[in-house]
Amino acid sequence: MATKTPAYTAATLPDAETLYGNLLAAVRHAIEHLPPELMHLIGIHSGGAWLAQRLHKDLGLAQPMGTLDISFYRDDFEKIGLHSQVMPSEISFSVAGKHLVLVDDVLYTGRTIRAAMNELFDYGRPASIRLAVLIDRGGRELPIAAVAVGGFIDPAPVASFVLSQTQAGAFVLTIESKEH
Amino acid sequence: MKLQIKNGRVIDPANKVDQQTDVFIADGKVLAFGQTPAGFKADRVIDAAGKLVVPGLVDLAARLREPGFEYRGTLESEMRAALAGGITSLVLPPDTDPTLDEPGLVEMLKHRARQLAQVNLYPLGAMTVGLKGETLTEMAELTDAGCIAFSQADAPVLDTTVLLRAMQYARTFDFMLWLRAQDPWLSKGGVAASGAYASRLGLSGIPQQAETIALNTLFDLQRTTGVRLHLCRLSSAAGIDLVRAAKREGLAITCDVSANHVHLTDVDIGYYDSNFRLDPPLRGQRDRDAIRAGLADGTIDVVCSDHTPVDDEGKMLPFAEAEPGSTGLELLLSLTLKWAQEAKVPLIDALARVTSGPGRVLGACSPAVSSAGQLGVGAPADLCIVDPNAFWKVSRQSLLSQSKHTPFLDMDLPGRVQATIVRGQVAWELVG
Amino acid sequence: MRNPQLNRHGELTHLITTEGLSRDILTHILDTAQTFVPLAERDVKKVPLLRGKSVFNLFFENSTRTLTTFEIAAKRLSADVFNLNINVSSAAKGETLLDTIANLSAMQADLFVVRHQASGAPYLIAQHVAPHVHVINAGDGRHAHPTQGLLDMYTIRHFKKDFSNLTVAVVGDVLHSRVARSNIHALTTLGVAEVRAVGPLTLLPSGLDQMGVRVFTDMNEGIKGADVIIMLRLQNERMGAALLPSSHEYFKHYGLTQEKLALAKADCIVMHPGPMNRGVEIDSAVADGPHSVILNQVTFGIAVRMAVMSIVAGASA
Repeated sequence: MATKTPAYTAATLPDAETLYGNLLAAVRHAIEHLPPELMHLIGIHSGGAWLAQRLHKDLGLAQPMGTLDISFYRDDFEKIGLHSQVMPSEISFSVAGKHLVLVDDVLYTGRTIRAAMNELFDYGRPASIRLAVLIDRGGRELPIAAVAVGGFIDPAPVASFVLSQTQAGAFVLTIESKEH
Repeated sequence: MKLQIKNGRVIDPANKVDQQTDVFIADGKVLAFGQTPAGFKADRVIDAAGKLVVPGLVDLAARLREPGFEYRGTLESEMRAALAGGITSLVLPPDTDPTLDEPGLVEMLKHRARQLAQVNLYPLGAMTVGLKGETLTEMAELTDAGCIAFSQADAPVLDTTVLLRAMQYARTFDFMLWLRAQDPWLSKGGVAASGAYASRLGLSGIPQQAETIALNTLFDLQRTTGVRLHLCRLSSAAGIDLVRAAKREGLAITCDVSANHVHLTDVDIGYYDSNFRLDPPLRGQRDRDAIRAGLADGTIDVVCSDHTPVDDEGKMLPFAEAEPGSTGLELLLSLTLKWAQEAKVPLIDALARVTSGPGRVLGACSPAVSSAGQLGVGAPADLCIVDPNAFWKVSRQSLLSQSKHTPFLDMDLPGRVQATIVRGQVAWELVG
Repeated sequence: MRNPQLNRHGELTHLITTEGLSRDILTHILDTAQTFVPLAERDVKKVPLLRGKSVFNLFFENSTRTLTTFEIAAKRLSADVFNLNINVSSAAKGETLLDTIANLSAMQADLFVVRHQASGAPYLIAQHVAPHVHVINAGDGRHAHPTQGLLDMYTIRHFKKDFSNLTVAVVGDVLHSRVARSNIHALTTLGVAEVRAVGPLTLLPSGLDQMGVRVFTDMNEGIKGADVIIMLRLQNERMGAALLPSSHEYFKHYGLTQEKLALAKADCIVMHPGPMNRGVEIDSAVADGPHSVILNQVTFGIAVRMAVMSIVAGASA
């Protein structure tokens, strides 16, 4: 089973690098028993892709990672149309029969992960999909759970978390107040 | 009915009158101006303070669509529209269905018009049978029946020999021919004026040579035959230059333009608005400027409405497939006033182009009509009272014509007609 | 006058012509198309963007190629596609254009792809559809063929990267070509260094210089140093209308051969909207040769049409 993930409030939330440290430990534990030649990280643009890159390096993984842009699979196309910046999805390996670890920065309603899974299944049929996220802020609207989490936020603030990366590659977390 | 119109600004270009004065009408004629005549007791007094009192407009081209095209317009609806526009005399092109090439048809038309007892109607007879450009019509018989001159409307005469013979025959009886200068081959299939705009829109173009080549042909044949010509719907700067030169030479020519062409150019077509699909097509800025210059220096004698009712089905089609034409009777006076305001033309000169100018052309056709478009003492009391400072919005609701299609739709135009008087009777009046 | 292709928020809601579209909008379409290109390599070539939407392909002028690419594009977006080939005579017998549109709209059409012989027809349609319905012009008379213009721009960008240094020559029957017009407007908006039109006087419309085009009647001069050559199709009807004497003489002076191609830049690309008349406007050796990117145009055409459909369908009502 996963090691106990620390829970924080908005006041006690540590910086991004600390959270990343938690996440790295949790992912290492989660993939322990998976056959390495069949395991791939897949990062969701953009925060998840950066995290996946760091994880890929820090875990010393041999198999290539992939990146996913879920713009074409979102469920809110009716309301907001096509996003103005669609990044390319890049999965250069076959997905069939593989154990995939999806990586994203914030897990909230679960809709992004639902879209990512739909897209992955259009590439082929994976053996399994696990989820690793830097922050789980609760508020799920779909039955989705992560197996590796950098930190739980409880209660979640009325704000969004924005992950960015410095020139040197260090992660920085900022909180932006939500405008409804 | 004894009528007094008081306090109005009377503008009568034919008699060079522009002054604040009263008008007295009796027995369907203009009785006097200024002081009340001895023993005159008005049955009705109309106060025209702040308004213009002008001769009823004479419109040299108005299709009323009867007979044959009644779903587009009837004599009743279109004559009412004419009166609302201050028009009291109309010339009808012969392209009805059937065409006006038989005396019986002309008599029927005149009878219908007389029964309605409103606007004075002057039909043009067809120059060739069925307007086909092949055989001549009985021009003398048609004149006896009431036609004032002969025309091909917009139908071409492909065989130049037929055109020559028609001119010789008309000259024999001194009948006038009213002709469009449009070369049938160069204009074939064209729906817009050749030029940058038509190219951008991918529309088939009609080059200006379609007009100039046709004009040169007409002038040359006119020199040989001596027939009197009225040229209909000029559209190009080059064409107007040719007419100017021909008049200077002394050829017996008069000519007109459509009120649409006094104001609009090809770019007004915008995104293929079929209300701007007209025949002749709208040309460029230079051509419009030349039209205004031609009106100012008298090269162009007349502005007409070119009233051509088209129904919704005819216009709700892609531009090239739509029917050319626009409703114009209710706009002729307003467009004339608008032009006068924009180009700073004195009102008396601008109004001449829709009263005395066309009146003279009518008089040249038929001496019986010599007093149309003017308000001299003893002339038939055909006049219109208009407020030049009031604006009205052109809309489907405000238009009385059965056709609601005009390029000026949704525009506010100057000049609200208050009343139109025909043969001394108030034939139309603004209510409310 | 507000551009009828844009809604109140300035979003592209119809695609009728490349003329009047900003550089940003054109670039956005090309960028979006780029993300659709890799889909063709996947097993499942579909994305669910237009699932549940009905796309009606209304072709009043026959075309198998364009119709098929639009069908493929719509299906790859998971839309329900209905093809209507209405030739002119049946339309003339019965319904007017607007009646046809009204009937189809009553069947919950979301997007119309229209090809019509009359210039301006798509504008008329766009004026009469509900706000949530979108119109894509698949070619109207001589006026515009915007998706072809866009895929041509995509192709040029793919091979040449930067528009600003390019000399592009459009060769052939420019007078009757909606592809030429759409290309010319897009090229000038995207800031190409020089746009040239090459053809005999009978096939060149007036006002080209006002559109920003340099005109040549000598093909040797016209394609000298060109980076891109776009060859236009010559239709047989042109001989009948006294515009040209024969395709033989046309080919001699305006056909693209290896010899003429040598006058262009060494890395010049040759394009053609198709279908080609081999031996009339283009030599087989050139059409099948290393400079030709004609087949790439076809591939890119699907991604571009997917991009256009996604963008207009996503515009708010």
